[in-house]
Amino acid sequence: MSRLAAILLALAALAPASARAERLIVSISNHRVTVTSSYSGEELVLFGSVERDAKTPARHGAYDMVVTVAGPRADLVTRRKERKFGIWVNADSRQFLNVPLYLAVSSNRPIDAIAGADVRRRQQLGIDNILLTQRVGPDYADVVASDPFRQAFVRLRGERGLYRQSADGVTFLTPTLFRTGIKLPAEVPTGTYDVDIKLFADGALVGGTQTAFEIVKVGFEQFIATAAHQHGLAYGLATALMALMTGWMASIVFRRD
Amino acid sequence: MQLYLPIADIPVNVFLILAMGAAVGFVSGMFGIGGGFLLTPLLIFIGIAPAVAVASVSTHIAASSLSGALSYWRKRAIDTTLALVLLGGSVIGTFLGVWLFTLLRAHGQLDLVIALSYVVLLTGVGGAMCYEGLRAIRRARRGGNPTLRRPGAHTWIHGLPLKMRFKRSKIYLSVIPVNIIGLLIGFLGAIMGVGGSFILIPILIYVLRIPTSTVIGTSMALTLVTMVIATVLHAVTNHQVDAVLALILMIGGVTGAQFGAQAGHRIRSEHLRLLLGLLILAVGVRFAVELGIKPDEIYTIRASGGDA
Repeated sequence: MSRLAAILLALAALAPASARAERLIVSISNHRVTVTSSYSGEELVLFGSVERDAKTPARHGAYDMVVTVAGPRADLVTRRKERKFGIWVNADSRQFLNVPLYLAVSSNRPIDAIAGADVRRRQQLGIDNILLTQRVGPDYADVVASDPFRQAFVRLRGERGLYRQSADGVTFLTPTLFRTGIKLPAEVPTGTYDVDIKLFADGALVGGTQTAFEIVKVGFEQFIATAAHQHGLAYGLATALMALMTGWMASIVFRRD
Repeated sequence: MQLYLPIADIPVNVFLILAMGAAVGFVSGMFGIGGGFLLTPLLIFIGIAPAVAVASVSTHIAASSLSGALSYWRKRAIDTTLALVLLGGSVIGTFLGVWLFTLLRAHGQLDLVIALSYVVLLTGVGGAMCYEGLRAIRRARRGGNPTLRRPGAHTWIHGLPLKMRFKRSKIYLSVIPVNIIGLLIGFLGAIMGVGGSFILIPILIYVLRIPTSTVIGTSMALTLVTMVIATVLHAVTNHQVDAVLALILMIGGVTGAQFGAQAGHRIRSEHLRLLLGLLILAVGVRFAVELGIKPDEIYTIRASGGDA
């Protein structure tokens, strides 16, 4: 999806008519976050500026910005417990298809104040408007933001720091220079993270750009993770052998007879 | 000291994991059990995914049961014939258990079945052990004969065909109940993520009337083999064995087990049985309470793919 977006952006840049809108130049403090044995979360910084040229129309108000960071995607199931025969059991469930494992939305002021309901829905601004496809029986659909399963899903991800929304996350240092922080919790999933930056003026989308960063395991952590996933049998045998060696050594060290 | 676990994908405090391993190791050394039924819930409690916890604990139990089994081997307290016959049933039981495990996980009822089996088995076994322990203590107080088993005490189980001589245990017994017990232990072990010695030991003592001298060693040998198989199976099918987590656990565990074993020698055996019974009962009651009261959070999120 990001590749398609990149091609579209490149085409848009080639078209001479597009010179009218604002261009965004952004830079991220680290494009490759490495997870080592001492990793316990990190905060990235995204800097950027709004570039205008002679053809850009004058704007009445100040710029607004919404930055959406979406991590790698997976299918997740949300289950709800109900009381049956006096005990609490999982009863109803919803499957969330291809949803981001990490999602962070930052803006310079509340999203409700940046754009109208229609624009918010079309541009998927804010967690309430981001598409989270559910499978309910045979149907595939996103539901209203007040759906209890959707709310519980967002809340539970939020409690682990994996879904977050901040209405003062983006700071305009000058009218055209901005920065935002991307907080990554310790239990962050590895993979590619897409960053989508959208610029608004007077409630309308006037520009946007995309960038990405990746979170990877390196060194020993990567070695273990790759071995476990790609050479399961060898990894299992090696782990079992390690267990036997530890047990054997313990029986020698602590031998009393 | 924080350390990032490569498979569990979360940073943990090394000293906390070491302490947990040591505490459970102390208990397991004291009573001659693996301690999986204590360690697995503890790991889940600190935020490790259930599948990773179950898989890594089996590796940990393999290590602690080897060091235990070796010392029983030196004391010639392992009945290899008995262990092999039990193992035959246990391997079939493990495969049946893994099959049911996968089926239940697909239907989202695995947590319930695990919780229910913990409640039923732990309260049942724990309750019976407490009752028996109290009776033994009362008998000892009264100054009566403390020996529980008379050599001639036989039940219908001892009348079954296909009899076989288990030399080390000095017992002549049908292989049918031994195989069935092995199957049951393997099955429960795969479902509950425990070695099963806390169920096996009472059954061997009270149902099959096998002398206590060989029961613990034999149970450890069986646990060792099943847990090595379980480690490899978990690694091949679910890729959820965290070797780093397992290593920290086993270092704490084998150390704790030594002190536990020393403490165990100083306590009288009927008191020891009562203590173990109370411990097992407490864990069972905790699971029962959890099922009965309204949980703080009625929603849960799980990956619908490979990892639970």
